[in-house]
Amino acid sequence: MTPFDYQRIPEAAAVPAQLTPTVRPLAGGTDLLTRLKACLDRPDALVDLKASDLGRAIDRVDGGWRLGALVTLSRIQHHPGLRADVPALAEAVSQAATPQLRNRATIAGNLLQRPRCWYFRNERVQCWLAGGEGCPARSGRNEHHAVFDTDGPCVATHPSDPAAALVALGATVTVLDGGGGERELAVADLLVPPTDERRVEHVLAADDVITAVTVPSAPRSTYLKAMDRAVWAFALVGVAAAVSADGEVRLVASGVANTPWRLAGAEAALAGPGLTPEAIDRAAAAATDGAAPLAENGYKLPLLRTLTHRALTAVA
Amino acid sequence: MSRTHVTCTINGDEVEFLCEDDTTLLNALRDEVGLTGSKEGCGTGDCGACSVIMDGALTCACLVFAPEAEGATVVTVEGIADGNKLHPLQQTFLEGAALQCGVCTPGFLVAAKALLDENPHPTETEVRYALAGNLCRCTGYDKIIRAVLAAADYNGSEG
Ligand SMILES: Cc1cc2nc3c(=O)[nH]c(=O)nc-3n(C[C@H](O)[C@H](O)[C@H](O)COP(=O)(O)OP(=O)(O)OC[C@H]3O[C@@H](n4cnc5c(N)ncnc54)[C@H](O)[C@@H]3O)c2cc1C
Ligand code: SF4
Ligand code: FES
Ligand code: FES
Repeated sequence: MTPFDYQRIPEAAAVPAQLTPTVRPLAGGTDLLTRLKACLDRPDALVDLKASDLGRAIDRVDGGWRLGALVTLSRIQHHPGLRADVPALAEAVSQAATPQLRNRATIAGNLLQRPRCWYFRNERVQCWLAGGEGCPARSGRNEHHAVFDTDGPCVATHPSDPAAALVALGATVTVLDGGGGERELAVADLLVPPTDERRVEHVLAADDVITAVTVPSAPRSTYLKAMDRAVWAFALVGVAAAVSADGEVRLVASGVANTPWRLAGAEAALAGPGLTPEAIDRAAAAATDGAAPLAENGYKLPLLRTLTHRALTAVA
Repeated sequence: MSRTHVTCTINGDEVEFLCEDDTTLLNALRDEVGLTGSKEGCGTGDCGACSVIMDGALTCACLVFAPEAEGATVVTVEGIADGNKLHPLQQTFLEGAALQCGVCTPGFLVAAKALLDENPHPTETEVRYALAGNLCRCTGYDKIIRAVLAAADYNGSEG
């Protein structure tokens, strides 16, 4: 870890103007500290968002919920209203990480956590995503890596469970920038594959702060996750299914691409809002359309079809 | 860089210490405060050997910077006994031999205390899920789970 200054700014609205590529925000720290310890990030200063008045409330709003950026995963897990009204989100956070980590991890930080690719996380390897050259995972150990969109420069999967649920639910984030401007962004547009010019998985600028996450109601929604172990592990594959207020069914997978992956083929195969057993069979079969697995991760395809089937059956 | 002054409450006592801004709470507890019960197994949030209860919430002290603890209330394994009287969990861990090398034990005790404080009579499944963030490479977990369930029974007999 390289030394840095720890800073507190009481007014959240004043934080973005202080941020730079080397002055970074700290939320629960459960991802950032692991990155600092591996020298993946070398900031000069960290601004502790928890020492500011940045949102911590869970509020009912018209058509859904608004979560302050600092709301922890545990609070979502145990919130009766969220469990009933947006079960996909509550189920995703309940299956993420461990009790210790959920107590500390915030919903905004969860969306912005970096990939768990073991080459990326290894201090002694400088792969493309870490600013170097080449992707050792492509021809190396890739059992946990992507099965869709695998011709890009990086085949790491997005590690977040809640992200897939939030995309399926049609959630948005509110972002405050250093000039005082506020904008609303769909989570689906926040998370994007990294490119040569921008080697991160999101579109935020250095002076952007997420202030809230807004989640539309979808009592008919779920998130199912396959892991190496019953709890504690990152998703091998996860599937979120949500029926929106106007009856649209959205299917989004985790653990299969650089970002939460919309299962467009499966959605199209449903061909209408009626989730009949036949439609569910067709959709599950189409869930892996377009997949291009790597040498070690073909096992993800049957997992994806089965979880898609189960998730649709659960919300039918 | 000048050292940062932190004031917090640890195991009921007001404590002050100096640290670097990049010192973890775990290292501050061990090296500045002299409480070496909390252990570093991994330093990355995987094993729970560093578990403490911070402002009422079970937390990995290896993933918290010491300055973040300013004004906080922290309970470590050193704070769970009642003077010379062991906490029921400490007693049942001893009686059930729920440890071998012991590196994971402080974290398990603190995590199990956090569980029993909220849910005095958990089911076995609830115990297993509540302790999912604590890894033990020696015992095979069974004796640990039994010890926690035995301590929960103890809670019952105490009323
Ligand atoms: C052992 C382990 C297992 C895990 N398992 C899972 C799992 O199964 N599923 C899962 O989904 N996750 C898992 N995680 C990841 C964990 O959920 C994330 O680390 C956590 O959600 C990040 O939130 P945080 O508040 O701690 O973020 P931090 O670590 O504080 O920050 C993460 C990033 O977001 C930035 N940031 C934070 N808040 C804001 C904001 N409001 N605006 C702008 N930028 C911000 C920070 O600068 C940093 O770059 C696991 C982590 C560990 C260590
Ligand atoms: S998959 Fe991405 S993060 Fe992993 S080695 Fe390749 S470029 Fe690096
Ligand atoms: S030392 Fe903190 S979780 Fe392992
Ligand atoms: S007793 Fe050795 S790690 Fe648990």
